[in-house]
Amino acid sequence: MHLLSIDWWFLLEKLVLIMVIISLSLVIAMYTTYAERKVAAWLQDRRGPNRAGPWGILQPLADGGKLFFKEEIIPLVSSKFLFILGPSLAMITALLTSAVIPWGTSLHLFGREMPLQIADVNIGILYIFGVVSLGVYGIMIGGWASNNKFSLLAAIRAASQMISYELAMGLALIAVLMLAGSLQMSVIVQNQIDHGWHVIYQPLGFVIFFICALAECNRTPFDLAEAENELNFGYHQEYSSMKLGFYLFAEYINMFISSAVMATLFFGGYDIPFVNEASWGISPNLLALIGFAVLMAKIFFFLFVFIWIRWTIPRFRYDQLMNLGWKGLIPLSLANMVLTAVVMLILKK
Amino acid sequence: MQLTQRAKHVDRHPMTWIERLYFWNILKGMLITLRHLFKRKATINFPEQKRSFSSVFRGLHVLNRDEEGRERCTACGLCAVACPAEAITMEAAERLPGEEQLYREEKYAAKYEINMLRCIFCGLCEEACPKDAIYLSQTFAPSNYSRKGFIYKKDDMLIPNPLTEPETYKKALGERPAKMIGNQ
Repeated sequence: MHLLSIDWWFLLEKLVLIMVIISLSLVIAMYTTYAERKVAAWLQDRRGPNRAGPWGILQPLADGGKLFFKEEIIPLVSSKFLFILGPSLAMITALLTSAVIPWGTSLHLFGREMPLQIADVNIGILYIFGVVSLGVYGIMIGGWASNNKFSLLAAIRAASQMISYELAMGLALIAVLMLAGSLQMSVIVQNQIDHGWHVIYQPLGFVIFFICALAECNRTPFDLAEAENELNFGYHQEYSSMKLGFYLFAEYINMFISSAVMATLFFGGYDIPFVNEASWGISPNLLALIGFAVLMAKIFFFLFVFIWIRWTIPRFRYDQLMNLGWKGLIPLSLANMVLTAVVMLILKK
Repeated sequence: MQLTQRAKHVDRHPMTWIERLYFWNILKGMLITLRHLFKRKATINFPEQKRSFSSVFRGLHVLNRDEEGRERCTACGLCAVACPAEAITMEAAERLPGEEQLYREEKYAAKYEINMLRCIFCGLCEEACPKDAIYLSQTFAPSNYSRKGFIYKKDDMLIPNPLTEPETYKKALGERPAKMIGNQ
């Protein structure tokens, strides 16, 4: 079926994949809010939400429904266009990132090979960094447009924090890219399947990357941008109804995506650990699904760690945050990069 | 000079490089919170599960009847006098001929109100009552939407008649049957 010399099946297949992945990340983000409340409760010897449905399983729906029915307030002194653009941008950038993550090998359906990755661009990781750094605009614009000093302060904090930690994140990543020899996500995963997970070669790089991911997601201990007790909720203070919901939701999607990125870059992506799954001789479709489930398990583990950290560690002070970023993590990641390069050079000769 | 044996010496040495990383301390903290994940929960599922009260718990008031189902209260007003929160109001009335099966004495309380918002549940009314006509039960006042709803009338507090509805009477009696044995 070639019409206008466009492969319509290809379009359809990608469209379906996009829909599936976007709805999947929305559902997972929804249930991360539930998991957050449940885990928080358990860590504090409480029970957590258990009224809506069995074990409170419908709680996220109730929360979402509540947000939809709340009164929508746009402050008179705000800049209206930017005020609406802020949460939209936060949501869009959060969802865009999932495009280059390889969710599995490929499915064979209707005589076609269908890779479980929306776009296998050869600069995949750069694309992720590009979109993630756009994410700060959502916060920045929202905080600025609110015309509220607390929101503005929070927005500035968020911007400076994200810029500072993106540097260390990128530097920690370079060591991984040297190992993989490519920016393409699928190649990075394949390299780990062949030679072992990157976290074995780059434990320091992973720790740095993880800390920076916490900062990028505005999660505790780096949640200065929404410090309730200092800034009255930070950049989304003036927001109500689903616009607030979008901000909160985008944070959870970001958590999901950064967990996926960490799993892909350091923990072998969809690689099943300790076994050589190619020798099992089961159908590739089943194998792809198992790989996808394994990736999901890794992601859920990281999500749990995110939540676990949030309910353990108190927030950094602003100067501590900057000290850690600029004087701690950046030199450390630089050293890590140089060390990796030297060792690789020696081993090759 | 040490005043007590409880004073603990605070270590104020400057942090070493390793300590300044906080890595070990953060790990320790994370392990502590992880341990709490598997601990027994301190809370209960309230409306379904309830914690048991102490046997001397003082809850909502009950106006008592004797074995023949007659109201014990004679509206003497001693409870109202004893009440430190001034929560009790009553109006007395004279028993008419033919009402002997309703009221124990010649005088009874036509109106008996306790404001549960004022009441401090001290139980002094119970102690003051010479007729064992009022005692504090083991339930507490349920929530209400209006202040008016917290002014409990006689009907709200009167115990069911032991002769005509023995089951509800037994339920309302709770776990304090000692009070019920009439000792004049």
